[in-house]
Amino acid sequence: MTSPTIERIQNNPKFAALIETKRVFSWTLSIIMLAIYCGFILIIGFKKELFGTPLGPDTVITWGIPVGVGVILSAFVLTGIYVRRANTEFDQLTREVVEEAQQ
Amino acid sequence: MKRLSLILTGLLLSLPAWAADAIGGEVAKRSLNMHAIVMFFIFVAATLFITYWAAKRTRSAKDFYAAGGGITGFQNGLAIAGDYMSAASFLGISALVYGSGYDGLIYSIGFLVGWPLITFLVAERLRNLGKYTFADVASYRLQQGPVRSFAAVGTLVTVALYLIAQMVGAGKLIQLLFGMDYSSAVVMVGILMVLYVMFGGMLATTWVQIIKAVLLLSGATFMAFMVLKISGFSLENMFSKAIELHPKGAAIMSPGGLVSNPIDAISLGIGLMFGTAGLPHILMRFFTVSDAKEARKSVFFATGFIGYFYILTFIIGFGAIMLVLNQPQYTDAKGLIGGANMAAIHLANAVGGDLFLGFISAVAFATILAVVSGLTLSGASAVSHDLYASVWRHGRTTEADEIRVSKIATVFLGIVAILLGIAFEKQNIAYMVGLAFSIAASANFPVLFLSMFWKGLTTRGAVLGGLIGLITAVTLIVLGPTVWVDVLKNKEAIFAYKNPALFSMTAAFFFTWLFSIMDNSESANKERAAFLPQFIRSMTGVGAEGVNSKH
Repeated sequence: MTSPTIERIQNNPKFAALIETKRVFSWTLSIIMLAIYCGFILIIGFKKELFGTPLGPDTVITWGIPVGVGVILSAFVLTGIYVRRANTEFDQLTREVVEEAQQ
Repeated sequence: MKRLSLILTGLLLSLPAWAADAIGGEVAKRSLNMHAIVMFFIFVAATLFITYWAAKRTRSAKDFYAAGGGITGFQNGLAIAGDYMSAASFLGISALVYGSGYDGLIYSIGFLVGWPLITFLVAERLRNLGKYTFADVASYRLQQGPVRSFAAVGTLVTVALYLIAQMVGAGKLIQLLFGMDYSSAVVMVGILMVLYVMFGGMLATTWVQIIKAVLLLSGATFMAFMVLKISGFSLENMFSKAIELHPKGAAIMSPGGLVSNPIDAISLGIGLMFGTAGLPHILMRFFTVSDAKEARKSVFFATGFIGYFYILTFIIGFGAIMLVLNQPQYTDAKGLIGGANMAAIHLANAVGGDLFLGFISAVAFATILAVVSGLTLSGASAVSHDLYASVWRHGRTTEADEIRVSKIATVFLGIVAILLGIAFEKQNIAYMVGLAFSIAASANFPVLFLSMFWKGLTTRGAVLGGLIGLITAVTLIVLGPTVWVDVLKNKEAIFAYKNPALFSMTAAFFFTWLFSIMDNSESANKERAAFLPQFIRSMTGVGAEGVNSKH
C-alpha cells in the first residue's frame, strides 16, 4: 500500500472516531466477559454454598446450574453482539474511510 | 477417593484438545469391535477421498497453508470448534460430570470464555495482518530473522508437546475401543495424518476437521436427546434420578473440590484463555477465510458450537449417572469397565445399542486424527514458511520450493511423532498439554498481542521477553506438583501451583516491556515508527492478504 493512502486514512477524523468507538466497545465487552468469569470462579473459590442452594423448595436444581449455563450463553451472546456491530456499522465506516483515502 | 483425585489432577492439566490422559494409566485391551472398525474405515475412506479432491486444488503456497483463503466463516467456525472438541473434551468432561457432577461444568466454562476475548481483541487484526502463520503477524514490523526464529521455536515446542500427548492418547484410545495393538495404532495415526497434510494441505485438514465436528456434534446431540427422552424431557427428573443413584448424592449438584485454590484456578483460567490465543494450529485457521468479516463470523460460530457441545456433555455426564452407574454390563468392582473415561462410550451403548457404540467410538478416533493433522500442518508451516523461506533463504525462494520443504517437514514430523508416541507409551505425560498451553500463553501470546497492540515493542524485547516466558513456563511446570511430585516422585513441590500461566505470562509481558523500552537502537526506532501503518492495516484491511485482490 502506498503511504499517501495510509496518511490520508490517518488524517481522516472519521478514522480516529471509528477506532475510538471500536476500542471502547471491544474493551467494554472484554471486561464484561472477564468480570463474569472471574466472578463465577471467585464465588466457587470463596462461597460455593451459594451455588449448591436449590432454586426452590420443590426442586433439586441448584443455583449453580442456571448460573453456569448462563455464563456459557453470555459468552455466545456477547460474541454475537460484537460481531453484529462490527460486521455492519464498523465495516461500513471502514469502507468509507478507505474509499475516501483512495480517491 | 484417591483414584478420583488422580483423575481430577490429570484432567486439570490435560483436558485441552487431546485424549492422552483421558485414558491415562493402564488400559485393558478390548475385544475387537467390528461396528466401530467398519465405521472408522468408512471415515478414513471418505477423508482420503477428500484429500484426493483437495490435492487437485492445492497448487500455490496459499492453497497449501491457507486453503486458498476460500473457507467461509461458518465452515471455519466448525473447523475451529473441531480443533477444540477433542476426544478429551468429550470423554474427559463427560467423565468428570459422571464422577463429580457440577465440577464438569466449571471446567467447560474455563475453556469457553477465551473465545469471546479472541473475537473482541485479536480475530480481525490477525486476519488483516497475517498470511500463513502467526509469525507473519508477530514479525510484521520487526526483524524477520530473530522474531520468526523465536516464533518457529514457540510453534514447534507447542506442537511437539501436543502431538506426543495426542499420539499416546490415540494409541491408548484405539487399544481400548478397537482392541488394536498400541504401536500399530500410533503408526496408523501417523501415516494418515501425513497423507492428509502432505497431499491435501490446509484444504483437506480443514474438511477432515469439519466432518469430524459435524459427526461429533450429531452423535452428542443424539445422546443428550435420548437421555432427556428417557427422563421424560424433565431436567428435574434427570437430576433427581442422578442424585438418588450417585454415591455422593446431592453433592453432585454443587461445586466440589475442583476449585479449592482460587490462585490455581485463576492461573488455569488464564492459561486456557490466553493459551488458546497462542496455539499455532488455531491461529492458522484465521488465515483461511477471505477477510476480517469472515474471521469474526468464524469465532462467533465456533463459540456457539463449543458452548452447545459443553452443554451436551453436561447432560451426557448426568445421563451416564442415570443409565451406566451400577449397571452390571458396564461396571465391575473397580468402577467403569475400561476406565473412568468410558462413561460416554458406555452411555452410547445404553441409549443406541452396538451400532451407535461403534459410531461414537469411530468418532472419538476420528477426532484425534483431525486434531493431529492440524498440529502437523502448523508445525510444517513454521519450518517451511518461517525458518526455511524467511530466515534461511531471506524470502528468496520459489513457492514450489517452499511447498516442497513443507512436505518434507510433514513427513519428518510424522516420523518423529510416531517414534515419540511409541517412546512415551508408558510415561506419565499428564503435564505435557498443560505445558503446551502454558507455553502458548507465556511465549507466543504476549509477543503476538504486543506486536498488534503496543507501539513500543522492539525485536529485542519480543525475542528476549518471549524466551523468558517460555523458560519460566517450563521451569515452573518442572518444579510444580505435576512434574516434581507426580513424575519425579519428590515429596514436596518447590513451586506450589499446578498452573504457571499467571506467573510466566506476567513475566513475559514484563520483560518484553522492559527490554523494549531499554532498546534505543536505530532499528528499534524504525520499528516503533512502523507501528502506525501496521495499525491502520490491522484496522482497515488495506493491503491485507487476499482482500484487495477480491475487489
